[in-house]
Amino acid sequence: MKTAVIVFPGSNCDRDLAVAIETITGTAPVMLWHGETELPAGLGLIALPGGFSYGDYLRSGAMSARSSIMRAVVDAAGRGVPVLGICNGFQVLTEAGLLPGALMRNAGINFVCRDVALTVDNSQSIFTSRYDAGEAITIPVAHHDGNYFADDATLDRIEGEGRVAFRYAEAVNGSARNIAGVISDGGNVLGMMPHPERMIEAAHGGDDGRRLFEGLLEAVA
Amino acid sequence: MSGITPQIVAEHGFSPEEYERVLHAMGREPNMTELGIFSVMWSEHCSYKSSKIHLMKLPTTGPQVICGPGENAGVVDIGDGQAAIFKMESHNHPSYIEPYQGAATGVGGILRDVFTMGARPIANMNALRFGRPDHPKMRHLISGVVRGIGGYGNCVGVPTVGGEVNFHPAYDGNILVNAMTVGIADTDKIFYSAASGVGNSIVYVGSKTGRDGIHGATMASADFGEDSEAKRPTVQVGDPFTEKLLIEACLELMASDAIVAIQDMGAAGLTSSSVEMASKGGVGLLLNMDAVPQRETGMTAYEMMLSESQERMLMVLKPGREDFAEAIFRKWDLDFAVIGEVTDTGRMVLTHHGETVCDIPLAPLADDAPLYDRPAASKEEYKAWANVQPLGDIPESTDIAADLLKLMASPDIASRRWIWEQYDHMVGADTVQRPGGDAAVVRVHGSQKGIAISTDCTPRYCYADPYEGGKQAIAECYRNLSAVGSTPLAVTNCLNFANPQRPEIMAQLTGCLEGMGDACRALDFPIVSGNVSLYNESKATGGGSAILPTPAIGGIGLLADVDNMATVAFKAEGEAIWLIGGEGTHLGQSIWLREIQGQEHGSAPSVDLAKERANGDLVRSLVKSGTLTAVHDVADGGLTVTIAEMALAGGIGAELSITLNTATAFGEDQARYVVTAAVGTDIPGATQIGMTGGQSVTGIPLADLRAAHEGFFPALMGSDAALA
Repeated sequence: MKTAVIVFPGSNCDRDLAVAIETITGTAPVMLWHGETELPAGLGLIALPGGFSYGDYLRSGAMSARSSIMRAVVDAAGRGVPVLGICNGFQVLTEAGLLPGALMRNAGINFVCRDVALTVDNSQSIFTSRYDAGEAITIPVAHHDGNYFADDATLDRIEGEGRVAFRYAEAVNGSARNIAGVISDGGNVLGMMPHPERMIEAAHGGDDGRRLFEGLLEAVA
Repeated sequence: MSGITPQIVAEHGFSPEEYERVLHAMGREPNMTELGIFSVMWSEHCSYKSSKIHLMKLPTTGPQVICGPGENAGVVDIGDGQAAIFKMESHNHPSYIEPYQGAATGVGGILRDVFTMGARPIANMNALRFGRPDHPKMRHLISGVVRGIGGYGNCVGVPTVGGEVNFHPAYDGNILVNAMTVGIADTDKIFYSAASGVGNSIVYVGSKTGRDGIHGATMASADFGEDSEAKRPTVQVGDPFTEKLLIEACLELMASDAIVAIQDMGAAGLTSSSVEMASKGGVGLLLNMDAVPQRETGMTAYEMMLSESQERMLMVLKPGREDFAEAIFRKWDLDFAVIGEVTDTGRMVLTHHGETVCDIPLAPLADDAPLYDRPAASKEEYKAWANVQPLGDIPESTDIAADLLKLMASPDIASRRWIWEQYDHMVGADTVQRPGGDAAVVRVHGSQKGIAISTDCTPRYCYADPYEGGKQAIAECYRNLSAVGSTPLAVTNCLNFANPQRPEIMAQLTGCLEGMGDACRALDFPIVSGNVSLYNESKATGGGSAILPTPAIGGIGLLADVDNMATVAFKAEGEAIWLIGGEGTHLGQSIWLREIQGQEHGSAPSVDLAKERANGDLVRSLVKSGTLTAVHDVADGGLTVTIAEMALAGGIGAELSITLNTATAFGEDQARYVVTAAVGTDIPGATQIGMTGGQSVTGIPLADLRAAHEGFFPALMGSDAALA
């Protein structure tokens, strides 16, 4: 599977994401600088990594959402290319309008980094096909702005359409309806605050993140 | 014409004698810019004038050492053509004045010390000392420092993997914030700071220079007065986003052969970086102040040379490589300016608006710096002054279990989870032992090797007996690194003391250094980098109160294979628990004595270095052979606290067969470990003291122990557990 990882100034999980993708798909992703204007042809996945793009000095993800590469990413998403945004990548996707809602400051005010219990809400997506619906998994979070917000009508709609990929099974950041990951109406864009790339081998303390990439590989290949 | 009055001299931190030396070095009266440069270069912070003659006695060599003290950081060989580069540094005074920015820029500064040598930073650690938890200012300070460390480290994407925290009233008016960074480089790509090559360009990269932080180094070299609030403008502001870009740009340039020398601009900014580069290379410098990237208008040469604006580096490039280098820094949206050249004059000449504004001979600036052999109190004089009461008769614990529960919730022992969950300790996806164990372990990317890291010091021991306390800091670090199974390689130190002009404080400094030196020699654990922070005393809390002597140690060890690593958690029920190093006897200066009896009496435990080494060797070999299922060193709180921590980490209790009395339960004798192994395994020289199993320790349910252990910080700081 041909993949790309977008690198914004201040991205800091780009290497970790690339390692996870290469480990699981067998092929290293293309690393694409934010200033590029075009994507390589034939991508099976575009991944937006975690980090503090532009320092999060404006709203998290707001600056990166307006970088030149994001125009190409939005176009590709419209054509159905799978797009995965993790942590800061999720924030960029909401700021770019590819996903509904917004990520606000954690309800507890502090940055939070720890393993959290998640529930897989929907196992029918290209991102979650290797999980069982209702399955309990553990994946770490590391964020300051992970408090998912959308108005009730939007929340009702994405829940009704089965677009909640993951929910927190414990109190983490105050997210509306405990939503940890959201899928686009087209089904090909996932944004999530937890870091699956940090949970892919025994040395990480578990490998619950692995099946997300394995499922994608299967769905796209 | 420059009009240097005695008042100006005093404001720059010079004694009249020191100013005489300036006049002699210059051969004339300096102007303000020159005086400012002398002031920062001869400050305690930059010149080590009170500590240097004692630091020179420390062991700094070994087959593993590639570069010892004197460069930006220490460098040790970790095999396979790779080196670990590391250092710890203080940011105490700024963190008291403005905790968030003080701590944040402390992290930024130590990161630069490490990546300036060519290393990619792989881990941050810290060593923090706060005052009484109920001091009216302390929650503000704790919150600010923790958020500052996290805010900077999280953004640059370097995991903060652990540290240590103590509380004591002696830090009420002068907290300590010591930050450590470890990086990895290829041994053939290590960069040093000595400038060379007459005519080579001197290049400034990074952020622009502003008026922030002027005289930070001088501030860090004086006692705190009542006016510390008024010094807030001397604290710098950090920009971790720019630091992240600077790391990537520098490492990208370092992959080429364009750099001759490179140095970060830390304390005393452009002054110390340029002077150190020129002095080490034995060359002169010509700098054009008009070319310095400036954030504000109308800055004087004095202000530019003394600014401590953050995220800046100075380098000497090979001829003709300027355009190549500039393209890299432009890509990363960073300033790049050729601001001067290397000369053969041996002088530092600055021009501004077409005029020469500074012309200093570099040799005397470096060589004529004051060097003090300050008087130190004798051991007896110190003892009398320190006034540590003899232990005397202490009552036996009437309820070991109740005392254990109390200790688990006490400030120095309680879980630090509230702190480390605010640090991204996993970014990099190579943190294979997270905070909360004896040492953090970070995998060397792309390999099975691991770097174990621990920061250690027991200030109350150092106060009671500086020599034994100095030994103990090294020994405990050695023990923590051994406990995870790593081979201890080398240490960095961060020597925090009060005013060295007091003989008792000098006795603390010399005593601790003597103890550290002896321990390092006995354990083949050399000191390869460090930092000295003096004048840590504050009049703010009422009358010249000195901190406890706090020579913080940051050590690293090497694991050949991270799959072969020990952790503190009990792994299974029905395993044998063994104690290595003998039963506890020593209650002097123990946490039990302080928390339960309210006394800080008695002698510090003495450290038998031969035993320390033998027991460390034993534990390491048993971890390597896969014999042990869990390892934890015995430290603050003694045996029962050690076992309770292992039980909580594993969610499995313990049935102890050892007879517990106050000394065996809570004694803080050194060179000890608790380990577990399958039943039937013999651990030579150790005593079996019980079995894992059940859901309690000394009869206390794990749930109660956990509530006590986890409760302290959320209760103090306001819990985030209740959020929905």
